[in-house]
Amino acid sequence: MNNVVKQIFNASSRLTALAILSAFLIGGLLIAFANEEVQITSSYLFSRPTDFLAAVWNSIFGAYDALFRGAIYNYKALDSVSMIKPLTETLTYATPITLAGLGMAVAFRSGLFNIGGTGQIIFGAMGAAWVGFSVELPALIHLPVAVIAGVLAAGLFGGFVGFLKAATGANEVIVTIMMNYIASLLLFYVLTTPLFQAPGAVNPISPEISETAKYWRFMGEDFRINASFFVMLAMVLVVWWLLNRSSIGFQFRALGHNPSASKVAGINIGITYVLVMAISGALAGLAGTSQVLGAEKYLTPSVAASFGFDAITVALLGRSKPFGVLAAGLLFGALRAGAVIMQANQKVPIDIVLIVQSLVVLFIAAPPLVRFMFRLSDPAKQAMKFEGAK
Amino acid sequence: MKRSLKSPIGLSIFLIISLWLSINAPAGSTLFSFNAGIEVIEIPDFPIPVIPASWFFTVLALMVTAFSWLLSFQRKKVPLWLMIIFTLAIVLQILVLLFVGEMFPVTQTLQGSLALSVPLIFGALAGVLSERVGVINIAIEGQLLAGAFASALIASITGSLTLGLIAAAISGGLVAGILAVFSIKYVVDQIIVGVVVNVLIIGLTSFFYSTVMTRDLVALNQPPRFDRIDIPVLSQIPIIGPLLFSQTVIVYLMYLAVAVVYIALFKTRWGLRLRAVGEFPKAADTVGIKVFRTRYMSVMLGGALAGIGGAFFTLGAVGSFSKEMTSGAGYIALAALIFGRWNPLLATLAALMFGFAQNLQSILSITGSDVPSQFLLMLPYALTIVAVAGLVGKVTGPAAAGKAYIKS
Repeated sequence: MNNVVKQIFNASSRLTALAILSAFLIGGLLIAFANEEVQITSSYLFSRPTDFLAAVWNSIFGAYDALFRGAIYNYKALDSVSMIKPLTETLTYATPITLAGLGMAVAFRSGLFNIGGTGQIIFGAMGAAWVGFSVELPALIHLPVAVIAGVLAAGLFGGFVGFLKAATGANEVIVTIMMNYIASLLLFYVLTTPLFQAPGAVNPISPEISETAKYWRFMGEDFRINASFFVMLAMVLVVWWLLNRSSIGFQFRALGHNPSASKVAGINIGITYVLVMAISGALAGLAGTSQVLGAEKYLTPSVAASFGFDAITVALLGRSKPFGVLAAGLLFGALRAGAVIMQANQKVPIDIVLIVQSLVVLFIAAPPLVRFMFRLSDPAKQAMKFEGAK
Repeated sequence: MKRSLKSPIGLSIFLIISLWLSINAPAGSTLFSFNAGIEVIEIPDFPIPVIPASWFFTVLALMVTAFSWLLSFQRKKVPLWLMIIFTLAIVLQILVLLFVGEMFPVTQTLQGSLALSVPLIFGALAGVLSERVGVINIAIEGQLLAGAFASALIASITGSLTLGLIAAAISGGLVAGILAVFSIKYVVDQIIVGVVVNVLIIGLTSFFYSTVMTRDLVALNQPPRFDRIDIPVLSQIPIIGPLLFSQTVIVYLMYLAVAVVYIALFKTRWGLRLRAVGEFPKAADTVGIKVFRTRYMSVMLGGALAGIGGAFFTLGAVGSFSKEMTSGAGYIALAALIFGRWNPLLATLAALMFGFAQNLQSILSITGSDVPSQFLLMLPYALTIVAVAGLVGKVTGPAAAGKAYIKS
């Protein structure tokens, strides 16, 4: 507990908080700038400045109020289901984001850039969905088999990148970017073949996942939250154990710190590359299974949504530490859930989430910029602390 | 030189595919049509019998592959022109097979391919300028998109195409500026900045498109479009006339940009310094080259070029902006850059090839071929993986690309 308190008050956490705050401030300014009322009142700014300021305040407050009501607690709702639904939606979105984020974190900690979250999520979803709707198995076995199929598919897809890197030296960034596009196109293709497309469907959509293969929606069918949320929490612990307590994890981190030294120390670098990318891909694949077997009941071309990118930002924001990734995943899950309501009620396009998210990461990545913006004193000492905190 | 068998092995894999295609080739013939309608001299269409043609290309590929094995055993490098011949042979073989029993409109296909390649080429040039100076540019997509958005907006408001083009260049340059500041000044990992900047620009353009632009589409998203300009005499040449010399200003700018970037990079002192900074910044710094300034300049200049490429989407092709309209072109440009080994001319060739693959896909979907269009769309990405895996010759970028320079 003492540790947590220390964590909150150290310089690195303060910078994180300021980075998030600045991103929301800039997002607010953009919302105000694009607001119609603000534009109208700005035309007579000098005769009645109060109108303008009121419009600015209303647009920003309205948007962030809607964000809060969509993400945490809807105090304006009339029935209890609608009141607590936002929080469960946040957790539903946070599940795949955190899972995929854990995958990216494992790769980052091992010194590898996995930009292929999208492709790996798609492979996970494809594997899980196929077992989910085309195979018939008893209730307790079907779900695990479907999940394992997805995890294997994504793990192999990710491991292939590691293999290419080990065997030929191919840069994993380029390969994973290209694999994202290949996976998206492949998904679109298989959804037009009888193997995956629902019989009689015109759109690229799979048949519904069998009841036996779905994650349990433990709060009832009114809520999308499902048992994959607990899988996610468990994986946070597993990845923490893997990275900090297991010998494989030690090898991963050694590779991340210094590949040459790890080689001298007797670590088989080639196999480690394959393992890192396979585990990274498998975790992203797990995110895909939570989407297709949990939150949604069908496989569609948009199954990966923007989770691939979210995963990268979450891993960066969480500094590639499992609990940090969880916190960041919850934050971005809340943003996703809230943005839906914000778009519906306040006509603020959902794209604002992308803007805020990317600004957060840019600010996090450049502490000097945040210090400059907030005129934080004693930058040298701060920098030392920051280095120490890493 | 160390013996490397990667190239011959890579070629052999494609040779087996070629052989398999020839064995299963259907009887019939493919009609090649060369007319676009505006030439003075008409070239008659000519039919090509499929089976002999397919075998011809397979044998050609076999000869190239055998030669590459020979060279590799003599520890010599497999030259690039051999690779190009091999690629052409396979591409032509696939074309003949795809259009069996149908007409293949050569000139029109090439015209469409060029149109699709223009933003790719501008994007690849942006990548060349940026990576040659040592800054990895994943943000080409963002630069293209910013250029498309700004040009549509400014050209609609002012009614001036020139101003639209200038706005595109400035906004592309600014996006590159973000990349430059974060990777040079704040020493953030260049790949992370690139990925994040892309999403930031997708977010910003989509946000302002949905809020500001859609409120008054007529005033804000109806830019004029560039007309095709026929260059006298040259545009009358059969096949290449209508293809190359009856185009919009942006395409002519593209020719100019390719030539200028190539000459500037390899034949001028400026280019030598730029490449020195990208290969070994410390040495460059020691002899008095301003590393940071060179990096900022080159990255932003590249961004401006990509911005102009983005304007091609709105002012050259579609005539209005739409959300995420570049749809991955920036990443294909990145692929072209790598496939073209960081060389402006080769990257241009690669971009043309990728544009061709994309265009072929749309033609095939019209003729109702049973080849799934997704596989042709995958081609640039798959080929890039093959390239970075070193199966078609060694691909190495500038030595200092991706590494921030910290002055000590």
